[in-house]
Amino acid sequence: MTDEDLRFNVLNHEIVPLHEILPEDEVAPLLETYDIVKEQLPKIKSSDPAVKVVGAKPGQVVRITRASPTAGRFTAYRLVVEAI
Amino acid sequence: MNPTLTNQPKKIGYMEFGLLSPKEVRGLSATKIITADTYDDDGFPIEMGLMDPRLGVIEPGLRCKTCGQKVGDCPGHFGHIDLAMPVIHVGCARTVRDILRSSCRGCGKVLFSERIREEYDRILASYLNEGKDASVLAKKVAKDASNVTVCPHCGREHGAIDVDKPTTFRENGHKMTPSEVREWLEKVPDEDLPLLGLNPAVCRPEWMVLTVLPVPPVTMRPSITLESGERSEDDLTHKLVDVIRINQRLQENRDAGAPQLIVEDLWELLQYHITTYFDNQTAGIPPARHRSGRPLKTISQRLKGKEGRFRSNLSGKRVNFSARTVISPDPNLSINEVGCPIQCARELTVPVRVTPANFAHCQELILRGNDPEAPAGKLYIPGVNYVRRADGRRVKVTDKNCEEVAKRLDVGSTVERQLNDGDVVLFNRQPTLHRMSMMAHTVRVMPGKTFRFNLPCCPPYNADFDGDEMNMHILQGEEARSEAEILMKVQENIRSPRFGGPIIGAIHDHISGNFLLTWNFFNADAKGAKLPIEDATQVLARVGFRGQAPPVFSEKDERGEVRKYVWGKDLFSTLLPDDLNLQFRAAACPPGMSEEEARKPENDYWVVIEDGQLVAGGIDEKSIASFKGVILDAISRKHGNARAREFLDKVTKIGNGFLTLRGFSTSIDDEDIPDSAREEIDEKAAETRRRVDALVASYADGTLQALPGRTMEETLEMEIMRETGQARDGAGEVVASQVGMTNSAVLMARCGARGSMLNLSQMAGMVGQQAVRGERIKRGYKNRTLPHFRWGDLGANAKGFVASSYKVGLTPTEYFFHSMGGREGLVDTAVRTSRSGYMQRRLINALEDLKVAADGSVRNTAGTLIQFQYGEDGIDPTRSAGGEGIDYDFVFTEVERRSKKGKKGGA
Ligand SMILES: [Mg+2]
Ligand SMILES: [Zn+2]
Ligand SMILES: [Zn+2]
Repeated sequence: MTDEDLRFNVLNHEIVPLHEILPEDEVAPLLETYDIVKEQLPKIKSSDPAVKVVGAKPGQVVRITRASPTAGRFTAYRLVVEAI
Repeated sequence: MNPTLTNQPKKIGYMEFGLLSPKEVRGLSATKIITADTYDDDGFPIEMGLMDPRLGVIEPGLRCKTCGQKVGDCPGHFGHIDLAMPVIHVGCARTVRDILRSSCRGCGKVLFSERIREEYDRILASYLNEGKDASVLAKKVAKDASNVTVCPHCGREHGAIDVDKPTTFRENGHKMTPSEVREWLEKVPDEDLPLLGLNPAVCRPEWMVLTVLPVPPVTMRPSITLESGERSEDDLTHKLVDVIRINQRLQENRDAGAPQLIVEDLWELLQYHITTYFDNQTAGIPPARHRSGRPLKTISQRLKGKEGRFRSNLSGKRVNFSARTVISPDPNLSINEVGCPIQCARELTVPVRVTPANFAHCQELILRGNDPEAPAGKLYIPGVNYVRRADGRRVKVTDKNCEEVAKRLDVGSTVERQLNDGDVVLFNRQPTLHRMSMMAHTVRVMPGKTFRFNLPCCPPYNADFDGDEMNMHILQGEEARSEAEILMKVQENIRSPRFGGPIIGAIHDHISGNFLLTWNFFNADAKGAKLPIEDATQVLARVGFRGQAPPVFSEKDERGEVRKYVWGKDLFSTLLPDDLNLQFRAAACPPGMSEEEARKPENDYWVVIEDGQLVAGGIDEKSIASFKGVILDAISRKHGNARAREFLDKVTKIGNGFLTLRGFSTSIDDEDIPDSAREEIDEKAAETRRRVDALVASYADGTLQALPGRTMEETLEMEIMRETGQARDGAGEVVASQVGMTNSAVLMARCGARGSMLNLSQMAGMVGQQAVRGERIKRGYKNRTLPHFRWGDLGANAKGFVASSYKVGLTPTEYFFHSMGGREGLVDTAVRTSRSGYMQRRLINALEDLKVAADGSVRNTAGTLIQFQYGEDGIDPTRSAGGEGIDYDFVFTEVERRSKKGKKGGA
């Protein structure tokens, strides 16, 4: 990633929720919880600015923790996919 | 049908789209079509005509000459027309344009140099590898290649390709014939096609220029014989007749060596007919019309749009076991019920499986026949229309054969019983915008020809009785019935998923009635209305009351006789659950009144319910209506939907009952105000006009102070709008000071039954400033709104200030301005409904397959997770307290109350 790309880190913006790469060993338990395969997770493009910042590669899962108007705080997971 | 095969769910492996080659078209064809005639003089189809018997059968009894099957089994067979000259397929015109623009006319290759070509090949390979849509790349290729001016392969100059919509191509301004286009397309090598988004195995570009036209089977375009014996042909047949005629003339002229000009004209005509045959709404050419002037419905029109095959026949279908008729109100039904006309009930059936347990009952049903006479004291009993035997045969039950059918009935058959009281049906009004537009009701068969339901169901369906019609669907299976009962019953929809409160509640007269019954009406010694015991008994009889009678007291009446009375509040309390405790400000309470003041018995604007007894306060909108109904909300949350339904059924009946006894009416003299008040309002209007004139004058001489960020004009308009707004508010206050709760219109407005104080002040006081697009009326004639005013008049009257009231009547200019404002409202609603309808359609198509799984996650039918927890908090909003999972206020007050009482606590 070039300096140009990182000059503005979107994660520092207050309305962008926290994105982090889900550790490899936590992926299997997550999939087991929901009884799904990886491809059944919601997707996020590798070209997504937040994904670029955390450096997630296609095939990895990102955990997104965000403020929720109903639940207070909510955690979602997304599978990083190749950008078309 | 083989059930083991057809019932298996199948997964589509892949789909491939391609074009038919001329060879394939001829291969599919059962016959070549050469004559435009359809039937001979004896009415037999002509061989090699458009109705050739080899194209399939449409007449019952006949057999197909191609496959030998009868109507229904023969799928129909294609024929073909050999075109004298090639013609471009409209549907492919765009692709043809792109190919012409990006390939060389000399060598046919895509206009990329080897180097660029390799680059694109690499990208294409990666696209195909990842299963991505290659047509995205094809667009880019077409764009990049069309910028090349010289072919890098053969050095031929590449001209600019223009299109005369829809199907005429020009190279550097010179018209190309379809033949020339076809020759060009033939040159494009197979290995270049994938770059252009085509698969050479199933789609050669020259096939986009038709040399042979498939003729659809007659089953797809059946001719209809009218009553007069006249035959009427399908639109597609008409169009094909045109195609064949012109094709023949073109061939004759060409073969006879006619002048080039004539041949070209006919060629273009053939192109027109074939284009409209595919799509009769092609931009740039006039649609082909029927003799009557009606545009023909050709292939595209059969498929496209709301009335097309997809939306009208595949996504949605006509159904059996349904009924539609006008609706009307019936306040005596429960909100869960629907009144169904006897005629409908005789036609609609519920399947009843015959088992050893119900065998005798089923026999008895059949013996009644299909139109049984009701016994004394009853208006209707259900009969049986059909018996479906185990082998699948259906026997129609009539008076004549019912004994025979009953005798031969066996276990395993299904009896199609006519609709009966208590059957569960779905009831629906279009537009079906939310889930409350389709609810389950239980049937009550009754005389008359309309569907009937109780008035609290009007708002969820958005129904009124000015001629609205609604649909009823009879559920045909046990599973469907119980599902509907558990999920769709009206009582299950009292609480809205939108805001977690009641969306079905008492309306109009129910509210006026309950308010008049329970409110003290400025009498500090009263406990609501005072009902003679006879009246109270009647009202209680209406709700079918049983239990401890409300307290009775004796008092001398005006003639000095001692009579027994019941207080309205005590009467109302019979409907409340014993453990209900609530306190809240009534809707009728004037804004700004302090709690202390509102609690005073002569005001009676503070509702106090203690242990199911209405101690103080008038019951109004805030208590029992939808959205606001606090009592309704509390009962449905604490005691469940069944109890809420019961409460609603009774509260509406008690309201209607009391109002019937007391009498209640509003009339035009409810809008009468004293002359002095009228003069006061007129003076206010005159004052407003003077102030507006002063503002206009200060604007004219430039002394008007512009507001920050506003021009002088804007400031003037804002100031004037403020003035006229104040005038209307002032008139409203004058009206309000003149009318009180003895005025029916005021009473209805205050308790929230119908209308508002604004409505009233417009009727009795002043209509106020009319606006279009939020501004004073400004358009019309040159420099003025109407010829009644001077040029450039900026005064109040000239710009839509209506000082009259509806009661007094508007002046002609006021009337005109009022109509302008009214028209804007109508246009807005019309525009809004069409736009929101389309938005709703797209939203529903996107969300229709989502459901909440057992673990609370939201998934689609493919099993993909959409949301990890429904609504992120997993709360069902219909069971929430205004969207919150727990109503802490409720819990605290309940705990406090129970501990005070010394009972066992805990919530
Ligand atoms: Mg209507
Ligand atoms: Zn056939
Ligand atoms: Zn070339």
